[in-house]
Amino acid sequence: MKRSLSIVLCAVACGVAHEACAHGFAGKRFFPATIATEDPFVADELSLPTYSYRKFDASGEEPGTTESATSIDYTKRITENFGVGFGATYLHHKDEDGTTHKGFDNLAANVKYQFYKNDASETILSAGIDWDIGNTGAKAIGAETFSTITPAIFFGKGFGDLPEDARMLRPFALTGSLGYAFPSRTQSTTTDDEGNDVVERHPDSVHLGLALEYSLPYLQSFVKDSGLGEPWNKMVPLVELNLEKPVNRGGGPTIGTVNPGVVWASRFMQLGLEAVIPVNSRSGGHTGVLLQVHFFMDDLFPNGAGAPLFR
Amino acid sequence: MNRLMRRIAGLALPIALAVAGEASAHAFLERATPRVGGTVQSTPERVSLRFSEPLEPAFSWVKVLDADGKQVDRGDKQVNRSEPMVIQVSVPRLAAGRYRVAWRAVSVDTHVTEGDFTFEVKP
Repeated sequence: MKRSLSIVLCAVACGVAHEACAHGFAGKRFFPATIATEDPFVADELSLPTYSYRKFDASGEEPGTTESATSIDYTKRITENFGVGFGATYLHHKDEDGTTHKGFDNLAANVKYQFYKNDASETILSAGIDWDIGNTGAKAIGAETFSTITPAIFFGKGFGDLPEDARMLRPFALTGSLGYAFPSRTQSTTTDDEGNDVVERHPDSVHLGLALEYSLPYLQSFVKDSGLGEPWNKMVPLVELNLEKPVNRGGGPTIGTVNPGVVWASRFMQLGLEAVIPVNSRSGGHTGVLLQVHFFMDDLFPNGAGAPLFR
Repeated sequence: MNRLMRRIAGLALPIALAVAGEASAHAFLERATPRVGGTVQSTPERVSLRFSEPLEPAFSWVKVLDADGKQVDRGDKQVNRSEPMVIQVSVPRLAAGRYRVAWRAVSVDTHVTEGDFTFEVKP
């Protein structure tokens, strides 16, 4: 009896329980957290760690180098639809000549507001601002001395509303973001080894992220039980696309990666693994790897650290 | 494994232990009888759904609807007392055709999931 009463009180406190307690959901669609691109949800989540490894060929005066990056990202709901996030990345560069550079990159902070959700069409829209905080990282790894602000819109769309004839396509979903990044300084002046001033210009840029996923859990639970067992029935194959296009100040061509991979999502956490394939020679010459361990804090601590600060 | 990775593993471990503890989560449909998208030769006695989490009986439900959206089950949905992850509802003899099972699952920590699927009764 006491437990039923507490459930009722919690549901009342949540307002509408479905709205209050959902994370990564639109109707019956569960969207896993994407790895390389920002997803549209406001949620209590912790990525610990995200690890990437990439190799870059020598270019001009830049030596060839390998880069490993280890990140932690934490997002916290302030209200049901408004959240903040923080991230830190530790970089380790090893040049071809054996020289190493390591240290933290600039800290990142963001806010996000989910302003639209439609359960029937499995659609979510949100807007946010990312702040790459200048001068908070190590000079040894080339952390910028200026900040970069990136307002962006985010979307998620599941295809569960496709007609019956196309039901096997219903597990598909698309998430993405479109942002415009502008630096707090348009240029920086440094002095080279020979004492000459070197001016480096910092262009604005457009950022596009897309993730196309096919949810095997959705297939199993809502379309066709094909008898998939563990671990296949919790897997979501996906392809992510991350592009950055400088738009002024001689910023050069578009760079980016396309990342095919898979996410395995369980009750409290998910594991993700992706290949990182450069889209052109300016984006790198080698395929890298990206992996992530991601915790659903609102499932782990539903009435504590995983709940919004204000209901 | 370098020092940083060891420190991260040290941070992640308490969370992993919490996972193994008393935490609850969203209830996902793991198995259904009749099977999701399946075909049966005759009317099943009941429609049964098994979820990944124990359900709160007061707020969880399952309905069986015909092609016109009319509820055709007997309205006696029940969460299994010995297996609280299972909810079921009995159905009368069904005519041949396609039926939709709609459900709403509230796990014991009030996380809510919902969904539907179809099955077909052969003539």
